[in-house]
Amino acid sequence: MNLHEYQGKELLRRCQVAVAEGTLVENASEAIAAAKEIEQRSGQGVWAVKAQIHAGGRGKGGGVKIAKTIQEVEQFANNIIGMQLVTPQTGPQGKKVRKVLIEQGIYYPGESEPEEYYLSILLNRQSGRNMIMYSPRGGMNIEEVAEETPELIFAEEIDPKVGLQAFQCRRVAFNLGLSGDAFKHMVRCVAKLYDAYIMHDATMLEINPLFKTSDNKILVVDTKMTIDDNALFRHPDILGMRDILEEDPMDVEAGRHGLNFVKLDGNVGCMVNGAGLAMATMDIIKLSGGEPANFLDVGGSANAKRVEEAFRIILKDPNVKAILINIFGGIVRCDRVANGIVDAYKNIGDIHIPIIVRLQGTNAEEAKAIIDQSGLKVQSAILLKDAAALVAAVLAR
Amino acid sequence: MGVLVNKNSKVIVQGFTGSEGTFHATQMIEYGTNVVGGVTPGKGGQTHLDRPVFNTVKDAVTQAGANVSVIFVPPPFAADAIMEAAEAGIGVVVCITEGIPVQDMVKVKEYISDKNVRLIGPNCPGVITPGEAKVGIMPGFIHNPGTVGIVSRSGTLTYEAVDQVTKAGLGQSTCIGIGGDPIPGTTIKEAVELLMNDPATEGLIMIGEIGGNMEAEAAYYIRDHGTKPVVSFIAGATAPAGRTMGHAGAIIGGKEDTAQAKKKILTECGVHVVDSPANIGTRMADVLKK
Repeated sequence: MNLHEYQGKELLRRCQVAVAEGTLVENASEAIAAAKEIEQRSGQGVWAVKAQIHAGGRGKGGGVKIAKTIQEVEQFANNIIGMQLVTPQTGPQGKKVRKVLIEQGIYYPGESEPEEYYLSILLNRQSGRNMIMYSPRGGMNIEEVAEETPELIFAEEIDPKVGLQAFQCRRVAFNLGLSGDAFKHMVRCVAKLYDAYIMHDATMLEINPLFKTSDNKILVVDTKMTIDDNALFRHPDILGMRDILEEDPMDVEAGRHGLNFVKLDGNVGCMVNGAGLAMATMDIIKLSGGEPANFLDVGGSANAKRVEEAFRIILKDPNVKAILINIFGGIVRCDRVANGIVDAYKNIGDIHIPIIVRLQGTNAEEAKAIIDQSGLKVQSAILLKDAAALVAAVLAR
Repeated sequence: MGVLVNKNSKVIVQGFTGSEGTFHATQMIEYGTNVVGGVTPGKGGQTHLDRPVFNTVKDAVTQAGANVSVIFVPPPFAADAIMEAAEAGIGVVVCITEGIPVQDMVKVKEYISDKNVRLIGPNCPGVITPGEAKVGIMPGFIHNPGTVGIVSRSGTLTYEAVDQVTKAGLGQSTCIGIGGDPIPGTTIKEAVELLMNDPATEGLIMIGEIGGNMEAEAAYYIRDHGTKPVVSFIAGATAPAGRTMGHAGAIIGGKEDTAQAKKKILTECGVHVVDSPANIGTRMADVLKK
């Protein structure tokens, strides 16, 4: 589950990480009040106005602005709230901004030059261990840093037996070129960030930039945090942070019915049991001359209720010209699935696009007979290659 | 004989008396698997499916000689179940449970690293040596004893491959479903290695998918140490970047873990790559004829 910047920062504050002061607002008048309050507390008249959406690259799309006056705070809040923000990660349609974070300015005169660093904590799948990745080149796209100056990306892998050690935190601070107070603050910050990552079952925590202020404090300025969905059962408070407005409405509805659905842009819908077979079915659609309109895993049981909901979700997409149902019946019997498909088809009534059903496994022959004798406009197959041929034939019409 | 499990395996079911455990234990017994009992803490001393229930895995090892365990314990308790089995000296642990938190698996991987145990899964269909032992949730009847070893990250897609192999007039030595999680107990390369060293296996099918570098790792092993032909299909050529496709492990991240990149590496390493999942069985038959 992805968190908003302000939510991630809230979790970091709970772990005593130093985070830029900020207030979440939903309109310009709230933004002004928040800015004034921050000015009183911090004594500074510079603010960041930051769009809260689940996507990176917000600055590039105009979703992050630095305001030097209260009037600018109002103006930027007005501009950003309600905008359809397009960033390199949102796709061309962008995402609607509903909330902005008003934050204290982080640049102010002081004894040293401010610096921006990069730090993320994530799972290294190869080793099965958590690792901290960091770079003195922060505030920019880390993929570019990796390409241009790979020698400036460092990593610390954490031994699960003993957790993150102090020498590793010191090494981070040394590699980032710190000394004195900034060094001490960084060592502490890295340890606390790792605590926050572990404590909340995150699968990714990215701080870019991690900021050294002119008075040598270390401050978290941006936060991207992803929580392991499988661990949410032990984090009811984080579950409450879910923002379904940030998710595709069709994905949300599918999830409610226990379906694993991802909307795509193609013309052939598919309904499959099992994630691997679902991906393979999408590949078959492509090889048959179509483009997959979705990924949809109906799960192990594939009962009539689920099949019907899956039908309804796929049929909502006007681009869908045909549907391929591919079920490998192992424990679930194909004849039951076939009856489920027939019932669902009749319940929905007005299906005007060709449906191709491929049922293989337990009682596959009986299932094919049920489909063929139903009188419905459904074509059936048992072998995957035959189903592919039927898809190709339908698309060629 | 196959690898990992055979007719001499003494199998226990952790989460024996639960609904999943009961259903699949029944199926395994019907298939002929030597299920010697099960574990449900607090129900030790009872009998379930005509077999003894133990409180701990240790009891099942000392009293019933268990050496293989299959786990149907719910996600919050599954990591604990794996570690208990490893600690008790079980040699092969097959974890079916889907949805174990990643950080739990980080701990499990570390815990079992110095123990003499082979973990298959989690989030997997299990392991079957046809005609001898079915340790998992796969439908037994599609399998046929034979010489093709199958390694896969997927469930139903594995059944698809098995079915095609059977329909092509061949059979399977052992099918290993390693599971779709980010931290698998056994990698594709390790499973391939087991089958390469198995005298009963003459050819391999390797079913991969987008995400991670396990297929590439296996490809380099096959290039350097392979002694048998390998046919491979990689699912997810049409999957868009950055979206999770069901399996927690199947998310496209960098340039190297797309289906196209993996197919290229596999082909360069001498693996017979099929683009269509409908051609897995026929290709294996063709390759073995040569």
